[in-house]
Amino acid sequence: MSTYDDAVQEIKARYPDWRSAALPALRLAQEQHGYLSPEALRECAEALGTTPAFCEAVASFYDMLHLAPIGRHMVEVCTNVSCALAGAQQVLENFEQELGIRAGETTEDGEVTLRPIECLGGCGWATVVSVDHHYRTHVKPEDVPAIVQELRNGD
Amino acid sequence: MATEPRLIVMAGTEESDLTRLAEYEAIGGYRALQKARGLTPQAVIDEVIASELRGRGGAFFPTGRKWAFVPKPDQNPNPHYVVVNADESEPGSFKDNEIMARVPHRFFEGCLIAAHAIESKNVFVYIRGEYTGPHEILLGALKELEARPDLRGDVTIVLHRGAGAYICGEETALLESLEGKRGQPRTKPPFPAIQGLYASPTVVNNVETLATLPPIIEMGGAEYAKLGVPDSRGTRLVSISGHVERPGNYEIENGTSLRDLIYGLGGGIPGGRALKAVIPGGSSTVILKGDEIDVGYDFNSLLKLNTAMGSAGVVALDDSCCMVQLGIRISEFYEHESCGKCTPCREGTRWMTQILRRLESGEAVQSELDLLLDVCDRINGKCLCPLGETAAVAVASYVEKFRAEFIAHVDQGGCPFGESSPLHDVLAPVAVHAPATVPA
Repeated sequence: MSTYDDAVQEIKARYPDWRSAALPALRLAQEQHGYLSPEALRECAEALGTTPAFCEAVASFYDMLHLAPIGRHMVEVCTNVSCALAGAQQVLENFEQELGIRAGETTEDGEVTLRPIECLGGCGWATVVSVDHHYRTHVKPEDVPAIVQELRNGD
Repeated sequence: MATEPRLIVMAGTEESDLTRLAEYEAIGGYRALQKARGLTPQAVIDEVIASELRGRGGAFFPTGRKWAFVPKPDQNPNPHYVVVNADESEPGSFKDNEIMARVPHRFFEGCLIAAHAIESKNVFVYIRGEYTGPHEILLGALKELEARPDLRGDVTIVLHRGAGAYICGEETALLESLEGKRGQPRTKPPFPAIQGLYASPTVVNNVETLATLPPIIEMGGAEYAKLGVPDSRGTRLVSISGHVERPGNYEIENGTSLRDLIYGLGGGIPGGRALKAVIPGGSSTVILKGDEIDVGYDFNSLLKLNTAMGSAGVVALDDSCCMVQLGIRISEFYEHESCGKCTPCREGTRWMTQILRRLESGEAVQSELDLLLDVCDRINGKCLCPLGETAAVAVASYVEKFRAEFIAHVDQGGCPFGESSPLHDVLAPVAVHAPATVPA
């Protein structure tokens, strides 16, 4: 058995019903494949004991699960009201400029995906930017070049 | 009432690192659990009813009464479940984030007290997928707890991460998601207390609600009910953000004046600007004008102004903000987060955004303002869950309270604020996925 399958069996054991393992199993498949490719969905379905269609139907509902390729790094700038009041739009635009892409796109080398995101639940620490799913708080437009450099250095 | 924080849920955080079990136990942690386990489940429920605690997630339902709806094991032999709503996603709210990050053990202690009260052996914590930081802290705390069978007893706690969906904060959508499905709300009844997770009796409680249980059991329900004001007992963690000098979470006694929250704890409006509006309880609540803040921050006082504490997210907006732009951003949020199950919400939120965009760009004629309110009205009360309704009520309140500003957009053929408003041309996720097309 593959290690992925082992991990999913272990996850399934935590729940009274195998279906509850769907989200964690999809997340794990995405981590291993980079995104939920048809192959990743097949592997996930096999481990869960269901169909790839079920996995795709579930995955397509959730913002953090990606059915198309994404960058190795993910930069998500909260642009909801509290962050917008603190200047989130300028932060987002500085990322666009620094990365040479528009929001919603991935750099040509496949390294970084940039996107605006809905409220991250850090309104008091605006602007919040989630970099590889870890929050950076109080981000100012002038902080952007250093964050991009950090990603390019592979830190 | 003085603008002093009153630490009940966050008690001890100023002196100790309560993410560590040893430090939490040193200040008396998990003693309330031992006390609760010495009581019958019914006695614990009675204590919580006596405390008059009401749900801190936003719906404000009496916690003890919710528990009392759960059938006893001899009435329904299916396993009983405690499900924690840690899917905090309401724009303006970030309190559960801080509770999990700073008092994870008090939170877990509350989970175990709730499990005892409804005779459950399984707790599922549904934590929003984006909360990597709090999740890691909970994992660490849970590891410590699991090494202590004397505390954990025979109860299993499972941390379950969401995957990015505001709607999963609605309790039945959360249960669907926890069952591994698309997070779309269920019809009610049956309510979760009768048929919740895996169609079994289930209590769904918010993080703050659960973290309030240990102090309630410790001091006694009657003592806790002395705090606050009628119908809003105890304390509340209020998230203050937007145009204030000192944004952050502040635990205050319910009934503290909203003015004191903004100008006292929040430090007032930066740059000597005037306060234009306040979102009092997260994006879903009716907005208040800057001169409506001499009101107690509690259920009844806010109800008189036709609004609510919601999830206690206070967002202050200064006089540089355009209310049409605010409407666009809020409407775009709900459009993006609508699960698509009910047509009025799925289509209506999109129409709202389109009309608001026409107002902002100056293309709209006067009658479109009425059209906007008509669309809002056609969402209200016509959906399974409150998502679309709150979008409609919130945006309609911007029109009602700032009507002259909306009309000025029509009369002037554009926005009087333009780029000087900080909400000008903010890129929302929904605009990236599907650019809003303007009907000819």
